[in-house]
Amino acid sequence: MREPGPVAESVRVYRLLVGMWVRSTMAYRASFVMTALGNFGGTALDFVTILLMFSHIETLGGFTLPEVALLYGTTSTSFGLADLLVGSMARLGSRVRDGTFDTLLLRPAPVLAQVAADRFALRRLGRLTQGALVLAWSLLRVDVDWTPVKVLLLAVTLPTGAAIFCAVYVAGGAFQFWAGDAAEVQSSVTYGGTTMLQYPPGLFARELVRGVTFVVPLAFVNWLPVLRVLGRPDPLGLPGWVDFLAPAVACACCALAGLVWRAGIRSYRSTGS
Amino acid sequence: MGGFYGAVVVRSFRRYATYRMATVAGVCTNTVFGLIISYSYVALWDQRPHLGGYTEAQALTYVWIGQGVLSTMALMGGGFEDELMDRIRSGDIAVDLYRPADLQRWWLAADMGRAGFQVLGRGVAPVLCGALVFELALPSSAVRWALFALSMALGALVSFAIRYLVALSAFWLLDGAGITQVAWITGLFFSGMSLPLNAFPGGLGEVARTLPWSAMLQIPADLLLGQHRGTGAVRALAFQAGWAAALLAAGRLLQAVATRRVVVQGG
Repeated sequence: MREPGPVAESVRVYRLLVGMWVRSTMAYRASFVMTALGNFGGTALDFVTILLMFSHIETLGGFTLPEVALLYGTTSTSFGLADLLVGSMARLGSRVRDGTFDTLLLRPAPVLAQVAADRFALRRLGRLTQGALVLAWSLLRVDVDWTPVKVLLLAVTLPTGAAIFCAVYVAGGAFQFWAGDAAEVQSSVTYGGTTMLQYPPGLFARELVRGVTFVVPLAFVNWLPVLRVLGRPDPLGLPGWVDFLAPAVACACCALAGLVWRAGIRSYRSTGS
Repeated sequence: MGGFYGAVVVRSFRRYATYRMATVAGVCTNTVFGLIISYSYVALWDQRPHLGGYTEAQALTYVWIGQGVLSTMALMGGGFEDELMDRIRSGDIAVDLYRPADLQRWWLAADMGRAGFQVLGRGVAPVLCGALVFELALPSSAVRWALFALSMALGALVSFAIRYLVALSAFWLLDGAGITQVAWITGLFFSGMSLPLNAFPGGLGEVARTLPWSAMLQIPADLLLGQHRGTGAVRALAFQAGWAAALLAAGRLLQAVATRRVVVQGG
């Protein structure tokens, strides 16, 4: 793992760059409001789809609307947070392609922090807000016997879920050093993953659920903890204590993403153009 | 002059064919989303068989056609509009207007080349992937495939015409990001990408089915699935052609107004 020195430096650089992009965003306030609302509306669309589905049915895969909304709210909030913090990683591919990535390497500042803050898009608050609103609504409506353990579990789920998505972003960014032009593969894991987590796991084929539990451990973002909160068994029949593993899984993911990132940056050869 | 615009179509096709990795990555994303949506539709049609007049196999076919046409119709952007908006903002558009080519026809040719590539590059593969996993209701009748092809072409025209109007708005708005976003959200929703428009409840469904976006997915898919037959099929195609003509004419009108604006700015 990295020593505390460089980490603190990364955080400082990240904050400086984010501050700069926020100021530049705020120079065109009307445009910011419009794009943030657009981000809100665009991401709300998949919840509208779920609402339209529920206009025909009472339960989906055995889950009521508030229960599906709880799944939706938890993953959207976590993903919204990760997307806001490091969503700019997806731009790395185009920087590698057009050669401007070299500029970042030349600056005396941690590269990961620079890439993560590159063109920081405050409008992504729209997605986060939308997810949080659905989450709040679902918590008011969902039928759960709340215990301190369940409250704590849900509270921990949000930041750990965000950390898992951040790790996917960083690893996906590193992947683009090799693939160059394949930012969309990353989208299928991030956007595709969060869409999948919005639905009850019982809907999907067993192999698919296994894939998002053991290969890319997205199931720890919300499925396992929320199923525990709702008192439902998970479709893979894992032992109960696995539901509490999310923080450990998140740490492992972040460490792994850091290693992949290092390997990626070491293999980077400039386009020379 | 047909030869000239034909050449633009071919060049544009080749330009998009260059990005092979991006195409493979796009197919991968379309397939992942196709799988996720398919499973949610299976759960939905399990409880409400014949929802929207579709059997489960037809609903699943609809999903994969949707993933196949997503990039052809540029429902999530990625067409010519960003480039045209950039040219309007930077003033390069003035150079384009002096060229002996019609602005709308030029961009239409370029967009048809793009759409043509996307049908082959990102259209066919997701449907094949879907057919491997699920039982689809793809027809064997050549007539239906021909109607589908014609309907896709008309849908691509409507898609272009809408995005042309959106792009021209850059003459008046400094920042086109907001309106582009609004345009693709509306397009995704009202094309039937999130749920077939036939399954939209009540009045919302009726409105959605008369809007131009239904020409991009709902109508081509319904023609392939055999929901429109005989005179119904003709009516569906006429609906698409009507919207295409109206929107292209609107684009022409707006172009004329906007071009006068360039001259004023240049003075």
